[in-house]
Amino acid sequence: MSDWKNICKDKDSRPKEQKYKNWKELTPIPISFPDNAMQTGNWRSFRPVLDKEKCTKCGICWLYCPEGTIKQGEDGYYVIDLTYCKGCGICAHECPVGAMEMVTEEEAQESDVE
Amino acid sequence: MSEFEGKRLVKGNFAASYAARAANVQVVTAFPITPQTLVVEKISELVDSGKMNCEFVRMESEHSVMAGLIGASYAGARTFSATSGQGLLYMAEPVHWAAGTRLPIVMTIASRGIAPPWNIWADFSDIVTQRDSGWLMALLSGHQEIYDSVLMAYKISENPDVMLPYMLAYGGFILSHTSKPIHMPKQSLIDEFLPKIPKLGWDHVFLDPDRPIMHGNLIMPNTTPGYQEFRMKIQLAQLKAKPIIREVAKEFKETFGRDYGNGMVQEYKCKDAEFIMINCGILAKQMENVVDFMRSLGHKVGMLRLRTYRPFPTEDIIDAVKHAKIIGVVDRATAFGSPTGGPISSETMAALHNDPQTKDLRVIPFINGIGGRDVVTQQQKRQFEILMECYDKGELVKNEELMSTTYWTGAMGVK
Repeated sequence: MSDWKNICKDKDSRPKEQKYKNWKELTPIPISFPDNAMQTGNWRSFRPVLDKEKCTKCGICWLYCPEGTIKQGEDGYYVIDLTYCKGCGICAHECPVGAMEMVTEEEAQESDVE
Repeated sequence: MSEFEGKRLVKGNFAASYAARAANVQVVTAFPITPQTLVVEKISELVDSGKMNCEFVRMESEHSVMAGLIGASYAGARTFSATSGQGLLYMAEPVHWAAGTRLPIVMTIASRGIAPPWNIWADFSDIVTQRDSGWLMALLSGHQEIYDSVLMAYKISENPDVMLPYMLAYGGFILSHTSKPIHMPKQSLIDEFLPKIPKLGWDHVFLDPDRPIMHGNLIMPNTTPGYQEFRMKIQLAQLKAKPIIREVAKEFKETFGRDYGNGMVQEYKCKDAEFIMINCGILAKQMENVVDFMRSLGHKVGMLRLRTYRPFPTEDIIDAVKHAKIIGVVDRATAFGSPTGGPISSETMAALHNDPQTKDLRVIPFINGIGGRDVVTQQQKRQFEILMECYDKGELVKNEELMSTTYWTGAMGVK
């Protein structure tokens, strides 16, 4: 992708990844698009898990998440985007009914397999 | 005819304000500092009276001034501000950010000495502190040149091959607060000369929630392409700016009829000169008279005005002085601990040493007029005399002004 000059012009024609033959073809500053930005989910050692029975759908977790990784699903319950959730635990700390529990990543992955 | 066209008597600072208006600047952030204050005062007056269509933001510090410009420029606006001395030092951190993000911000600097002791008069030491930040820099020598350079600066900075911010420095008070007539061209001519501001922002960066990007992010040391490559690109852009500066100066001359040499340097009777002095700013303009006077006495002298400081005009200097017997370099700034104590003389030595045509050319460094101290023509004449005497003797002339290898002319107790 030598012609970076239009890289920012149009959302639809923008390349999925930036390829360069040499450093002179680089964009003037490093750029990441949302689909190839650093996946901060890799940093996580604790994962928030929602207990739907306790959840009142109040939206406090959505409001407090510093990375904007929590979204409301169609059924009204909140869903966490684990690609970007760093596992900071703020949602679990703020939840007024204690519906969010932090479990270790190993434990969560084991239960994923089951 | 509108009040912004034709001949008008203006202060140097107002020349910068009127030029910003003529360049259709969209965002100005401002914080007052002597001797720059009048630049942004005039702009606020113009905005308030509806004569200038731009967003004027009063900031709480110089640091925020530059941060504000960076934000506005990210969004694709043409931006302008001005500062001086201590203000520029306080601004230093976002100054580097502006260059690293490659935003075409233009800023005029009414240069002043750095405290302590407090000083508010002409001295280029303030911009010397930021010379390696990646900004393009010019040292200006007249009211008209301030006006014209702001226009040229936008054309150079916004070139996709350059995309670097521009600092335009002129001596505080000597230029900023004195009045001289300047000629302001027709707005239609200026609009034609300047590039169009792209509607969708700059090509490489913008702020738009509909087209989100992440930029300026953390890069690990061994990621490729990584930090090193992006730093190399800034230096590459500086090098690419040289022909573009020359081209824009030429085009400016063709459009508006005013001559600034080749944009990088301006020669004055250098062609056949044996003794050449490199000078900058308003003192270079004054030295033209001294060159004329020395020539009337039969001395073959010349003067080269360094107009662009970043990128350093290496090739232009070599080309202009390669036939000289000896050259002098006059600084109105200090670079403590450097090989000569003066920034331009140190860099000139380095530039000449690397070329086979000039590697044996002797360079005599001078420092004068710092902190706005008067430099009269007699002193400049004496600088030429020292230069010629050094050549005749083949060694440095010992006098009270000589410290190590540099002549600090006009120092206390020296005639």
